[in-house]
Amino acid sequence: MREIATRLIRNPLGVAGLALISFALFLAVAGPFLAPYDPTQFHVRARLQGPSAAFWLGTDQFGRDIFSRILWGARSTIVFGLTATMLGTTFGMCIGLVSGYVGGRADEIVMRLIDAKMAIPNLLFTLLILTVLGGNATNAVIAVAIAFTPSMARITRSVVLSERTRDYVNAARARGESSAYIMFREILPNVAAPVIVESSIRVAFAVMLGATLSYLGLGVQPPSPDWGLMIAEARSFLQRSAWLALWPGLSIAVVAIGFNLFGDGLRDALNPRVGEA
Amino acid sequence: MSAAYLLKRLGSAILILWLVSFLVFFITQILPGNAAVMILGEFATKETLLALESELRLNDPWWHQYLRWLRGIVTLDWGVSMRDHVPVMPAVMLAFGRSMTLAALSLVLVVTISIPLGVFAALNRGRCGDFAVGTLGYIGVSIPEFVIATLLIVALARPELGWFPAGGYEPVQAGLWQWLRHFILPVLALTIVLIAHIARQVRSEMVDVLRTDYIRTAVLKGLKPWQVLLHHALPNAMLPTITVVALDIGYLIGGVIVVEEVFAFPGLGRLLIFAVQNRDLPMIQAAAVVLATLYATTSLLSDLLYAYFDRRIVYA
Repeated sequence: MREIATRLIRNPLGVAGLALISFALFLAVAGPFLAPYDPTQFHVRARLQGPSAAFWLGTDQFGRDIFSRILWGARSTIVFGLTATMLGTTFGMCIGLVSGYVGGRADEIVMRLIDAKMAIPNLLFTLLILTVLGGNATNAVIAVAIAFTPSMARITRSVVLSERTRDYVNAARARGESSAYIMFREILPNVAAPVIVESSIRVAFAVMLGATLSYLGLGVQPPSPDWGLMIAEARSFLQRSAWLALWPGLSIAVVAIGFNLFGDGLRDALNPRVGEA
Repeated sequence: MSAAYLLKRLGSAILILWLVSFLVFFITQILPGNAAVMILGEFATKETLLALESELRLNDPWWHQYLRWLRGIVTLDWGVSMRDHVPVMPAVMLAFGRSMTLAALSLVLVVTISIPLGVFAALNRGRCGDFAVGTLGYIGVSIPEFVIATLLIVALARPELGWFPAGGYEPVQAGLWQWLRHFILPVLALTIVLIAHIARQVRSEMVDVLRTDYIRTAVLKGLKPWQVLLHHALPNAMLPTITVVALDIGYLIGGVIVVEEVFAFPGLGRLLIFAVQNRDLPMIQAAAVVLATLYATTSLLSDLLYAYFDRRIVYA
């Protein structure tokens, strides 16, 4: 573990990612306390203003302070990305673990269903789920989590298949341990590394997918301060005030770059051979 | 590539498509519990609910519903839109044609730009050019399409410039330039992410290939650099790239949905979003099946291409 941390810290890209993520996490926690205004408060006399001393990043069509909305939006974005990824990873890991360990007909059926899900692009899949559940922030998290489940299950299963014939598994079986014990206490820790790498890269996808769903009106609902939603609301005002879309767009990109860099850094730290390329 | 492999791969593609159709039907019509309530909302009157239930025959056992639905899909009888009361099939096909044009133009642009870019980065490994391509790549894959599309509108579709329209569509009959003008910004928005992704992939494949012994041999026997590149390195680096491009088609389909919405481009993506917002079940199901079929077909094609080009692999 310490070795992996050292390798991650030696990788400049990984460190850059870690720094960006830390900054985003800091904003997610402290943003609402730092915000100079209430993110939903209308300043009617100061609509669609450019950056100024009073409104650092300008105001939107209702005169709401964009800087405050960006700060608040950090929380919803980070929470969305992390929750969706963690839920999807947990579901996927359980399915992959059981499916790979049990094997046989059940495994075959699960794998074919996963193949079928993989033939549906993620955005389309989440749209279908949200048609049923109705579009709001909680349902969007669930939809993205379900969309991520199959690929996490597949990765977990592939590792389980190579682990389950190992000596330590046979030994546990000979000791008379239950299948549940062997799966979750013996095999799970050995599956963790590749799954963590995959899910750390997934967070960036989750953030982008969540922002896209909000933009399409199926995620976070107005008047909540959300970056994707801010861009959607700016649509009619783009020609007059481009910064309305610029700031939230930049914020999404920075967070996604952070998680992408961190995920790649983590992958290289765990597989030093790949890191040399 | 043997005939047996071809048949096997074709068979599995059909199985996948069948499962996809089941998933789409299951999610949209069985999962809601009562699809009539989902479509009409919770405050619908009893009579309208009952009418819709009998129209959709929701009281039949679910496998009866599924088989009837599947027969409709296969025989191209896709039902009638619940919102506009027009037949689904012509509407979906018209929109699909436009979306395919958009996707095809984007794909051609992506492949022609990203491959040379990736090769360039690999040949300049560790130098400035490589770093620039890598950095742009990171930024490219980290910006969602709707953000890129919005920024393109802000930058290039200003009315005072008069370069490009901010959205919409004109048929070819209105003139080739008028038609093409409406494609340029959507295509740009779609390509930036994919160029970034595929160029990174080509670079890393190329870096691996350039380290192999056969490349060293080719260099040592005195071939010119362009010969080594064109005849030895590139074909081998291209093989894994086929798979990546095919996987990215899924990403491209997602992108098309969003970008069409941003540019108000009347394709299948916009149709789908409109249908989702209006809970127009037959329209959603048809659009989803068409898009998933497209994706499954491209991954089948990529597997077959891979097997065709890779003589080393003999599939049973």
